[in-house]
Amino acid sequence: MADDAYNYAYLDEQTKRMIRRAILKAVAVPGYQVPFGGREMPLPYGWGTGGIQVTAAIIGRDDTLKVIDQGADDTTNAVSIRRFFAKVAEVATTTRTDEATVIQTRHRVPETPLREGQILVFQVPIPEPLRMLEPRETETRTLHALSEYGVMQVSLYESIARHGRISKGYNYPVMVNGRYIMSPSPIPKFDNPKLDRSPALQLYGAGREKRIYAVPPYTPVKSLDFDDHPFEIETWEQCCALCGSKESFLDEMIVDDDGKHLFVCSDTDYCERRRTLPEAAE
Amino acid sequence: MKPLLSARGLTKRFGARVACRDAAFDLWPGEVLGIVGESGSGKTTLLNCLAGRLTPEAGSVTYDSAAYGAVDVHDLSEARRRLLSRTEWGFVNQDAREGLRMGVSAGANIGERLMAVGARHYGDIRRTASDWLSRVEIERDRLDDRPTTYSGGMRQRLQIARNLVSEPRLVFMDEPTGGLDVSVQARILDLLRSLVGSLHLSAVLVTHDLGVARLLTHRLMVMQGGAVVEDGLTDQVLDDPQHAYTQMLVASILPV
Ligand SMILES: Nc1ncnc2c1ncn2[C@@H]1O[C@H](COP(=O)(O)OP(=O)(O)O)[C@@H](O)[C@H]1O
Ligand SMILES: [Mg+2]
Ligand SMILES: [Zn+2]
Repeated sequence: MADDAYNYAYLDEQTKRMIRRAILKAVAVPGYQVPFGGREMPLPYGWGTGGIQVTAAIIGRDDTLKVIDQGADDTTNAVSIRRFFAKVAEVATTTRTDEATVIQTRHRVPETPLREGQILVFQVPIPEPLRMLEPRETETRTLHALSEYGVMQVSLYESIARHGRISKGYNYPVMVNGRYIMSPSPIPKFDNPKLDRSPALQLYGAGREKRIYAVPPYTPVKSLDFDDHPFEIETWEQCCALCGSKESFLDEMIVDDDGKHLFVCSDTDYCERRRTLPEAAE
Repeated sequence: MKPLLSARGLTKRFGARVACRDAAFDLWPGEVLGIVGESGSGKTTLLNCLAGRLTPEAGSVTYDSAAYGAVDVHDLSEARRRLLSRTEWGFVNQDAREGLRMGVSAGANIGERLMAVGARHYGDIRRTASDWLSRVEIERDRLDDRPTTYSGGMRQRLQIARNLVSEPRLVFMDEPTGGLDVSVQARILDLLRSLVGSLHLSAVLVTHDLGVARLLTHRLMVMQGGAVVEDGLTDQVLDDPQHAYTQMLVASILPV
């Protein structure tokens, strides 16, 4: 016990077992949303309570945890989740993608390629990809059960009709293993290709709606599109102003009062490693 | 020739009320069957039982599917029934808002069935949607407008296009011109008549308006209090009604 006040990794063993059962089911049916009896966590929703519960259920003392928020390890949110697990689960923490065994993330997939044995835990605000199109829960469940996904394609059609292209930049819907349409959480579509056949296990936890879903290693994940409007990721004319990367997702930063701006890597660990280790930058 | 749709002993209750009692008929390919009767007589209930939208307490509905052969509509898995209803069937609601997606463009509304069965070429879907818009006499430049910007008559025509784009064999219609102005109604009736003819559609049409029935249907069933009291060729039923209730309907609505 880390402390008399709470169980190891904060959640009681019964709750962890229940979450693990949901995770196992989610892994067995890739992309399918498994309901679970979530616990109240010592954080408000929106801070990643779904992800935290998943992490709490899978973490052990041998793990090394990395927590990122929009690609950064040093935001208040990331720091407090990391500290929380260092305390209640007695785990080592890191900011390095290659050293971590469990990476809890909000809104990004690391640029550094993941490997077998790593687990990526996503914090999910809205798990249901069809929710904006179909508000009735019974109906969305039927649509998934019957693989009736015409309505999702309708929303992409509409986007092209309005904007001349599929304008969705975040939370871009994917087809998992040719069966279930899944919301990849609000990552930029730039990260979608990294989900496809990833060697790492992907677990998605939605705290408010109490859903868990998963993409097991090496599972096909296809971004939806049209033959004549194929899926494309964002590109930048600039490279990262700090590390010179041409391959990473860039954030725009205003650097002075004149409105001068720079583009820098959103993944802070990736950027830093490229700057400090010359071999990392080719 | 086999009937396209056969109903036998169809009975549907709501609590103690029998909304539809022991209905039976055959619908032949290319035929338009009308169901008439005053409000509350059970027309919509019967139609919904035929289309698999309501489950009857007794009786059966057999449909001769192009894909699966003869099937019992109420024994089909939900997956297959839903697939049938968006490929081989159409359903035109009285209230176009129930049959349309009001939040997306006309093009998306028409294209949905195509996408639902796997169409993935935006340009082709758009072209087909535009062709259908013009077939239902809506200007092609309204393709990207939402149905919220359409008049009642245009919405109804859009709903018809959205259903017919998958080239269904059988269309169910529940008061398709109800609630519209007379001149708007006439235009939709003309359109329906020419589409039914050119596409060789079979249809079951519910209406309380004998004028609509006269214009569009080959055969009529007259319902009263949930029971079919008379049926026959439309002209015969309307010109020489046998049942007292039909005589009353004809007398009150088609004054000579
Ligand atoms: N969902 C329902 N619940 C209870 N009663 C219903 C329901 N739908 C229809 N009814 C009743 O069944 C009878 C037939 O209704 P309906 O089929 O809608 O008639 P019509 O379409 O001829 O106007 C009416 O008495 C109506 O009140
Ligand atoms: Mg009715
Ligand atoms: Zn960089």
